[in-house]
Amino acid sequence: MLRDITLGQYYQTESVVHRLDCRVKLVATLVFIISLFVVDNIWGYVLAAGFLAVCIKLSNVPFKFMVRGMKSILFLMLFAMVFNLFLTPGTPLITIWKLTITMEGVVFAAKMAIRLTLLIIGSSLMTLTTTPNHLTDGLESLLNPLKKLKVPVHEVAMMMSIALRFIPILLEETDKIMKAQIARGADFESGNLIQKAKAMVPIFVPLFIAAFRRANDLAMAMEARCYRGGEGRTKMKPLIYQKRDYIAYTVLLLYLVCTVVVGRVLPI
Amino acid sequence: MSIIKTDHVSYDYIRHDEEGNIEGKTRAVSDVSLNVEPGQFIAILGHNGSGKSTLAKHINALLLPTEGTVFVDGNDTAKEENLWEVRQSAGMVFQNPDNQIIGQVVEEDVGFGPENMGVPTKEIWERVEESLKAVGMYAYRKHSPNKLSGGQKQRVSIAGVLAMHPKCIVLDEPTAMLDPNGRKEVIRAARALNDVEGVTVILITHYMEEVIYADQVFVMDEGKVVLQGTPREVFSKVELLKQLRLDVPQVTLLAYELQKAGLGLPDGILTAEELTEELDKLRKR
Repeated sequence: MLRDITLGQYYQTESVVHRLDCRVKLVATLVFIISLFVVDNIWGYVLAAGFLAVCIKLSNVPFKFMVRGMKSILFLMLFAMVFNLFLTPGTPLITIWKLTITMEGVVFAAKMAIRLTLLIIGSSLMTLTTTPNHLTDGLESLLNPLKKLKVPVHEVAMMMSIALRFIPILLEETDKIMKAQIARGADFESGNLIQKAKAMVPIFVPLFIAAFRRANDLAMAMEARCYRGGEGRTKMKPLIYQKRDYIAYTVLLLYLVCTVVVGRVLPI
Repeated sequence: MSIIKTDHVSYDYIRHDEEGNIEGKTRAVSDVSLNVEPGQFIAILGHNGSGKSTLAKHINALLLPTEGTVFVDGNDTAKEENLWEVRQSAGMVFQNPDNQIIGQVVEEDVGFGPENMGVPTKEIWERVEESLKAVGMYAYRKHSPNKLSGGQKQRVSIAGVLAMHPKCIVLDEPTAMLDPNGRKEVIRAARALNDVEGVTVILITHYMEEVIYADQVFVMDEGKVVLQGTPREVFSKVELLKQLRLDVPQVTLLAYELQKAGLGLPDGILTAEELTEELDKLRKR
């Protein structure tokens, strides 16, 4: 059961958005987030929401998957909204006891909620349509210029993809260790939170030891297969832009210009 | 010219205490000299701690000898400038399949070696295809390695080494963690490489059944090569093997016991077919 867990909640289906180059999707997400913070009026948000809706439609991912990602962040959003509602100075609207809701507060909280919602749905669209593998590839390729500043881009990307590969293996290992401990009378179910946390210690110690051993073995296996960092390495699956990727970039640029014009220049 | 030559090789594991001072030495390999000719199928036998894995790591330059020299395809492994050539000509497959697969998709893992060597993209794909076909895993090329069985994973590891076009493959106890079926699969793949592709195979194992097809067998104990020869020669020395805490294949043991009981059987019978044939001959006489 544990081995079926996939990270990054990739949704397997066939669509234009899935086929786009991962770099395009990363850049698009970044541009979309920036546009959300540039926009300052209702028409800008409408435009952003419309753009997102079209992307979702094109991606063939059911909308409920997007909303699922929202649930975990709901609490944080409410928290931020309440604080903004009460603590923004300005013209008072209602006063309850010592707390005052101001006109500015309402506007600010509303903007905040819209921004956060769009931001989360927008970025989860990327993770839903891109495999973790492609994501690391895309990041490596986009961050490539940083190599000139001695940032170990290739190494970080390699570590990320190895981590992704080992998540299911370590999960399975945890499962095995837990079962072995339960078989010998360990109790992970009862007691309060602190007791439960304490009961986890005998799991973590062997898990860490095993992980270090695996890391050591893997490093040796990589060296045996001539791994020597990113220098002089070729790619089995190089990232090459297709026609659709250039079209996507053009659409993205148009979108950015439109939102800036509409969201900044037009009066409310 | 021999593909692998070790010349009086010894290796010490050095133990350090907490301050980093040398606490003691353990001699894992001691004065081993052996020669492997291209195209041979070599088996190195020995129980746990006999130094066979340590010796294997010398062939890939993962370890460098404390004394003596190792030559792989004429290159001295101790020389820094030979390192990548040595690692390319002598590939290595390890014991635990999970700890040597790097890719998240089978074909990507097989492509890892050629990628490191700087092979052009188009050729990587050709090599991946032919290597996966050679070990019979081509149908699984798009699968995640986590969903394969142990034997299949180990075959992917072999393909990963094969894609680097090595002259020699060292298999360091590749079957120790597998079930009997997986063991058969891996050994069959290794033999096919040797027969069909002509790759030199060095198989390190403690399972006797796996070495009967080898051209040459080396038996190690306490870091030394104590016995060498063809499987038939080695297995005819049943008493010595027992002393070295190694099991003889069941058929060989049976033949040996029959021989001791007074039946006129030849030495070193390796397979059940051979034994029945010999027994038949005896009956007709």
